[in-house]
Amino acid sequence: MVRGNLLAGSLVALMACSGALALDRPDLWPGLAKDIFASKAISKDADIATLEAPARAEDAAIVPMTINLAKPATQVRKATLVIDQNPAPMAASFTIGANSGLTQISTRVRVNDYTEVHLVSETTDGSLHMVERFVKAAGGCSAPSVKSLDEANANIGQMKFRTIAASDLGDARRREAQIMIRHPNNSGLQMDQVTRLYIPARYIDQVKVTQGDDLIFQMEGGISISEDPNFRFTFVPNGSKTITVEAHDTDGKVWRSQFPIEGAS
Amino acid sequence: MTTFQSSVRLMLRCIVIAFVIFIHDNAKARDANAAFVREIAPGVYAHQGAVALMNAENRGDIANIGFVVGEKCVAVIDAGGSLEVGRALLAALRQITDKPICFVVNTHVHPDHIFGDGAFVAPGVTFVGHKNLPRALAQRGAFYKKSFRPMIGALADEAVIVTPTLTVDGERTLDLGGRALTVRSWRTAHTDNDVSVFDTASGVIFTGDLVFLRHTPVVDGSLLGFLSVVGDLEKIPAKLAVPGHGPIGVDWPAALQAEKTYLETLTKDLRRLVKSGERVDRAAQEAAQSEKSKWSLFDDYNPRNATAGFAELEWE
Ligand SMILES: [Zn+2]
Repeated sequence: MVRGNLLAGSLVALMACSGALALDRPDLWPGLAKDIFASKAISKDADIATLEAPARAEDAAIVPMTINLAKPATQVRKATLVIDQNPAPMAASFTIGANSGLTQISTRVRVNDYTEVHLVSETTDGSLHMVERFVKAAGGCSAPSVKSLDEANANIGQMKFRTIAASDLGDARRREAQIMIRHPNNSGLQMDQVTRLYIPARYIDQVKVTQGDDLIFQMEGGISISEDPNFRFTFVPNGSKTITVEAHDTDGKVWRSQFPIEGAS
Repeated sequence: MTTFQSSVRLMLRCIVIAFVIFIHDNAKARDANAAFVREIAPGVYAHQGAVALMNAENRGDIANIGFVVGEKCVAVIDAGGSLEVGRALLAALRQITDKPICFVVNTHVHPDHIFGDGAFVAPGVTFVGHKNLPRALAQRGAFYKKSFRPMIGALADEAVIVTPTLTVDGERTLDLGGRALTVRSWRTAHTDNDVSVFDTASGVIFTGDLVFLRHTPVVDGSLLGFLSVVGDLEKIPAKLAVPGHGPIGVDWPAALQAEKTYLETLTKDLRRLVKSGERVDRAAQEAAQSEKSKWSLFDDYNPRNATAGFAELEWE
């Protein structure tokens, strides 16, 4: 019995420790960079755009990410967020409207595991620039899945817009706003062997935000974006009275809403 | 330090941990099995888990679990955070009664409550859970086995995910022979698959993680739903509670008060932060800090609750 206990105890401790060793995960970035950016050269520099990400994910299902575009912001045409260790690493790609005045955009993502997060910015000359952050996975019973699938499905497509009284945005005309879209953004589930359950994937794959005819940003995304996709961004009003948000999901459903721009001329 | 040196260092540390566990295990083995549980009311037994995160040293034994003995058979309420904990509960049960086990109720999907299920799988045993529990297990079961590996090692590998065959949508009575347990499913609160178990005979309620004591409450479903469920729970005419975490056999409904205050404070703070245009990451660091001194594991769970709660309250 004593011997059995020693063996069992040692085994568990060694397994526990090998779990810690396994944190040295394979570097997936070279392969991802090749696949997503068609083997184009990517320079590592923080002069074009930077990424704010928490050192540790508090909730695996809601991890805030903020992209800051360096001046002049109009230089960046596209900003792509890659979460290396997620099942679908290409989290979101933001196309930035040339006349949008967008300098910052935040969203929330799911983080499954300890992972590098890469932000790759494409400038108007076509060159690619990259910054990276490391995010520790949320511990405990936190899971990167929908918290309440029934409620999420019941309210699907509902939208909310608000402008935020921001402090210094570097330009008196610049505004800060937030768009929220109710959607489970569900990764789905193959036939589960234990439960025999099948849950189809359904997520928002495109969001387009415009003022008048001018694009503010357009996002192409996947299941790494948190449920109820949420975008907070800065822009410079172009005189239009409304902002139009159009969201499209993988079931082919389109939701379109217009919101008044406060203080628009 | 080279990778080799750090590996050697880690190996040495592991051997030390193994030895500590060996001593710990033997001490534990000498304790009588029955002492694993306490009879908090006639025929109602509960085990108090450690207020801690799951780790190799506590063997995943962090949740409160128990069983109720009827004239005909026994119902187990949660099986603990590892097969080993489940087996310890079974051994204690067998010291007390040789009546068959007819039900195992899983109060919700979290690993510290279900990883021990495998110890009770046998002919004649019906697993019971919320109508959403099969879906939650399908979505999270495999993820949990993987994500808990760094914390509890092989204990995560050997956990068996058992899908309930009796699901509850509303209320369901489990007949133990001369003793009826009421299993009630709740709206999304701690999770979207919480049930409570009420033993009318003794007035004991097993709340699962709808009630936390000492251990910071965890919101993995809905903050507003949680608050609303706490209000409904108050109306249940129980005498004593076995909460999901913290002391067992505590007075009802007084057991709800601390958690209610926490959830109300968190909600109030988050509403203010949402309104002022604060960003979610900053809000997660600021909300409910006035509650910090009252709870264990506050920094492990409060920022997480605040993050999810912020995203929920933004829709108001
Ligand atoms: Zn729980």
